[in-house]
Amino acid sequence: MPEITAYRRPAPGTQPDYLFPRYASTVKRAPTRPLVALPQTRTELTGPVFGYGEVKRGDHDLTKQHAGDPIGERIVVSGRVLDENGRPVPNTLVEIWQANSAGRYPHRVDQHDAPTDPNFTGCGRALTDKRGHYRFVTIRPGEYPWRNHYNAWRPAHIHFSLFGQAFLQRLVTQMYFPGDPLLAEDPMFNCVPDEGARNRLISSLDWESTIPEVALGYRFDIVLRGADETPMENRKR
Amino acid sequence: MSLHTTTSQTVGPYLHIGLTWLITERLAPAGVPGERISIEGRVVDGDGKPVNDALVEIWQADSRGNYGGKRFRGFGRSATDANGMFRFHTIKPGRVPGPDGTTQAPHLGVNIFMRGQLKQLVSRIYFPGEAANAKDPVLALVPADRRATLIAKKVAGKAGALRWDVFLQGRDETVFFDC
Repeated sequence: MPEITAYRRPAPGTQPDYLFPRYASTVKRAPTRPLVALPQTRTELTGPVFGYGEVKRGDHDLTKQHAGDPIGERIVVSGRVLDENGRPVPNTLVEIWQANSAGRYPHRVDQHDAPTDPNFTGCGRALTDKRGHYRFVTIRPGEYPWRNHYNAWRPAHIHFSLFGQAFLQRLVTQMYFPGDPLLAEDPMFNCVPDEGARNRLISSLDWESTIPEVALGYRFDIVLRGADETPMENRKR
Repeated sequence: MSLHTTTSQTVGPYLHIGLTWLITERLAPAGVPGERISIEGRVVDGDGKPVNDALVEIWQADSRGNYGGKRFRGFGRSATDANGMFRFHTIKPGRVPGPDGTTQAPHLGVNIFMRGQLKQLVSRIYFPGEAANAKDPVLALVPADRRATLIAKKVAGKAGALRWDVFLQGRDETVFFDC
C-alpha cells in the first residue's frame, strides 16, 4: 500500500465547530483563540493498531455479558467502515457505548430516575474484518432527559469511537435511529448545517442483517477521512 | 468515488462506560529503551474549573523516532479524575521527520475528548529545555507568545517528571490545532 502523504479536509458544513451555543456545555469549553493550521506529519499520518490481543471474540455481543438477558428489544447493529475514497478500513477498532432500554447509564453521573439493568452494561467493541465490516448485537437504547434546556430529551443513540489508520482519522460519533421525532430538537444532531451529513448519522433498518424471529438489524456505515488523491499538479493553490 | 467523513459528535459525560477498558497510562513496559518520563496535568474550563470528564489520548514515537513498533505501541489513554488530572508514564520520543526535509523536535501528539466538545481538540506536548524546539517546523507556526502552552514544565525535585496543563479558554489558553 502506498504511503499516504495527505488527507483531505472535511467538506464545508459537514463537521461541527467547537462553539455551538445551542449545546450549552460548549460555551465554557470551546477554544476562543484561532486554531493553528497543523501540517500533516508522520505524527498525524500514523496511528495505533489494535488486535485480538485486546478485543475478545465475544466483545461485540452486549446481550451476553451477564448471567441473564438484558431487558429490551434485541437488535443487530452493523455496517462498514470506509474512507472517503470508498475503500474499506480493515482491522480497525470500533468501540461503542449506550444507555439501557430504559434510557439509563450505569454511571455515577447519571441521576435519571429510570431503572438500571443488572444484565446490561452497554459497552462493546469489535474489529472490522478485511472488508471493513463490523457487527454488534445489543438492545435498543432508550431516550433520556438531559439538562441542556427546558424539557430536553436525547434521541435514542449509540456512541461510536473509531481509530482508522492515522491519528488524524480518529473519530467519535453517535448513531441514531430512523424516524425518531426527537432528532429535530436535538442540539447535538443539529450541530452541522449540512442536512445530508446529519442524515448520515441515522442508521437504516436492514433486512439483510435482521435475524428472523430474533433481532431487527440496523445498518450504520461510517466514513473516516481519506487520502487526498488529487495529483499535485492539479491541486488548487 | 468520494464520500464525506461522518460528522463528529461529542463523547458525552458517559464516555467511561465505553472507553475506560483501554485506559493506558503506562505506555512503556520494562525493557523498552528510552528515557523514562511521567507527564501529568489538569484540564481546566473557561471558568477555571477542573474538567472531570475528559479523555486524553497521546500518540508518540519510540526513543529512536519510529512509530508503531512491536515492543512499544506508543498509544496512551487517560481519563481525567475528580480534580481534572490525567497522567502518563512513558519514554521520551525521538525526533521524527517533518515537512520539507525538516526534523521535528521530540513531541507527543494529543487528542482530547469531552462533553461540550463536538469534536476532539488536537494539541501537542513538547519538552522543556530542548534545543531542537527552536527549529521545530510546527512550533514555528505557532505565535511566539503562545508557544509556551505546548511545552511541558519540569516538576522540581522529581527526575523525569513533567507537567502539562490544558487551559480550554482564558489568558493562557492552550494552542489547539486544525489538521
